[in-house]
Amino acid sequence: MTTVSEASEKKPARGLAEGGAYQKLLAFASLIMLLIGFSIASPNFMQTSNMIAILQATSVNGVLAIAATLVIITGGIDLSVGTLMTFCAVIAGVVLTYLGMPLLLGVIAAIGAGALCGLISGTFVAKMKIPPFIATLGMMLILKGLSLVISGTRPIYFNDTPGFDLISRGSLIGEVFPALPIPNGVLILFIMAGVAAYILGRTVLGRYAFALGSNEEAVRLSGVNTDMWKMRIYALAGGICGIGGILIASRLNSAQPALGLGYELEAIAAVVIGGTSLSGGRGTILGTLIGALIMAVLTNGLRVLSVAQEWQTVVTGVIIILAVYADMVRRGKTG
Amino acid sequence: MFTRRFLMGALSAVALMGPASVAHAADELYVPLVSKGFQHQFWQAVKQGAEQAATEMGVRITFEGPDNETMVDRQIDMLAAALANKPAALGFAALDSQAAIPLLRQAHKAGIPVIAFDSGVDSDIPLSTATTDNVAAASLAADKMAELIGGKGKVAVVAHDQTSRTGIDRRDGFVNRIKAEYPGIEVVTVQYGQGDHLKSTEVTKAILTANPDLAGIFGTNEGSAIGVVNGVQELGTAKDLVIIGYDSGKAQKDAIRNGLMAGAITQNPVGIGYETVKAAVMATKGETVPALIDTGFYYYDASNMDEPKISAVLYD
Repeated sequence: MTTVSEASEKKPARGLAEGGAYQKLLAFASLIMLLIGFSIASPNFMQTSNMIAILQATSVNGVLAIAATLVIITGGIDLSVGTLMTFCAVIAGVVLTYLGMPLLLGVIAAIGAGALCGLISGTFVAKMKIPPFIATLGMMLILKGLSLVISGTRPIYFNDTPGFDLISRGSLIGEVFPALPIPNGVLILFIMAGVAAYILGRTVLGRYAFALGSNEEAVRLSGVNTDMWKMRIYALAGGICGIGGILIASRLNSAQPALGLGYELEAIAAVVIGGTSLSGGRGTILGTLIGALIMAVLTNGLRVLSVAQEWQTVVTGVIIILAVYADMVRRGKTG
Repeated sequence: MFTRRFLMGALSAVALMGPASVAHAADELYVPLVSKGFQHQFWQAVKQGAEQAATEMGVRITFEGPDNETMVDRQIDMLAAALANKPAALGFAALDSQAAIPLLRQAHKAGIPVIAFDSGVDSDIPLSTATTDNVAAASLAADKMAELIGGKGKVAVVAHDQTSRTGIDRRDGFVNRIKAEYPGIEVVTVQYGQGDHLKSTEVTKAILTANPDLAGIFGTNEGSAIGVVNGVQELGTAKDLVIIGYDSGKAQKDAIRNGLMAGAITQNPVGIGYETVKAAVMATKGETVPALIDTGFYYYDASNMDEPKISAVLYD
């Protein structure tokens, strides 16, 4: 503990991408603390099956949080991630169950629908200058309604598409290492995290995402088409929500059209716990991943300890406040 | 420094939950109930019944359910956490039976008896289902209707759904009872309003327009019953129409107090919780449990709705 704090206190704040390093360490440390704490408190917590349950619970929220991170880094916010996920799941249901198309087409349609909706949100924000909070709030409601309309307010089951449930429930890792049946949904989450981290760290799109979040005006004045880059980022986030839609539909073996409201807040909570700044310009995918894991560990651990449900919610709220407060204090000191 | 502060926070949060887990004896039977909801009065009443049974039988229970009935995946996560605790038995009210099947199979394989409650689970894994006998409850509504309209006249049904189990059972329970027992009464029509207040209102007005001499209407759930009351009020023509509803809720209770509605059938959520835990305990002891447990129901009206037995199962 001392080594961690000494080392980080000596380190001056550096570039944009490294700004969250301390917070990431902090978040990682609290994740480990939670794991140790729960393991001591309950012998049933640290079992392979329960760890897998936690990872499984992280998969959908993690993917949505990655999408939210991209938008938040640009200084925006995306409230539509939850209902967009549902909308994409319903689209997959229509393509696979109603139209009887092959599996791959359903997946492509869901991701495509997600990217298209993201592009529309991006257009509202970039071209029509609607504040992101309002634009994506509107989108959230539009998509919630459309999901109900398209599905006829009934769940769409994927019983006629063999293998669909394996996208999330199956385990490729488990086939190689039978002792470690990590579900594919979790594998997909980690792959998505890798891809998103690469995009943010190594591509022009990523560089502009940070630049837009730090000082959009300066970027525009230097001759960059900020509108276009912003729309691309929203579209990318939308496509990732499409993958989230596939994951949840596969996990439930059905597209549940009424689901999704409230999921955006959990995704945003994971993002801020992971040290991404809501004012934009600063954040990491690794942090978000840890944030999502903290949320899932906390929820699962409190349940395994049989804490009353009312109190589970209170504790989760306290942890979010603590995480963000720690981040604020750190920034006040170094910046 | 901030690390320390933050970690202390995290630690105290963990410490805060510590006592909850140490408090119970290791050999105490643990029966988690994963419900369809948590914060609604109906579910709180189910929880209350479950706690009552747990105290009587010396078992430890937990009662959890998602914030609303759309959160299928959250319910699955709750089920997974419940199974991690190696429970003696499990009570479960599925939001979507299909989505829960992998975990139910896991429970089955681990030899954990599963008791379904409320609407049950569409699978052969649960040993028993504790729920309301909707056919019998709707038959009671038919008896009360016959009594109130004097055994003759025309009646109608405003049902909430023609495909769901509860919709079918309540409609058939009422209609078949009238046909079998009351030759003087004719069920002129059964219409569906999806349990939606507004749709049920429109349906009711249409029925009354077509049958001005109607003597009574049975609304098969909360939304249908309130729709019937609204429809009758909006038309303002059928003052002495007998309305019988289902479940409770503030609007329906008010309508009964004001005399707009004659009375209603209420399920017994407390009994649902109680019987679920009781069946779970029996199952862990290897005793046979009936495949279907009728948790009971009551007819209530302005005269008995404040009796403790009735008011305990009514919700706002």
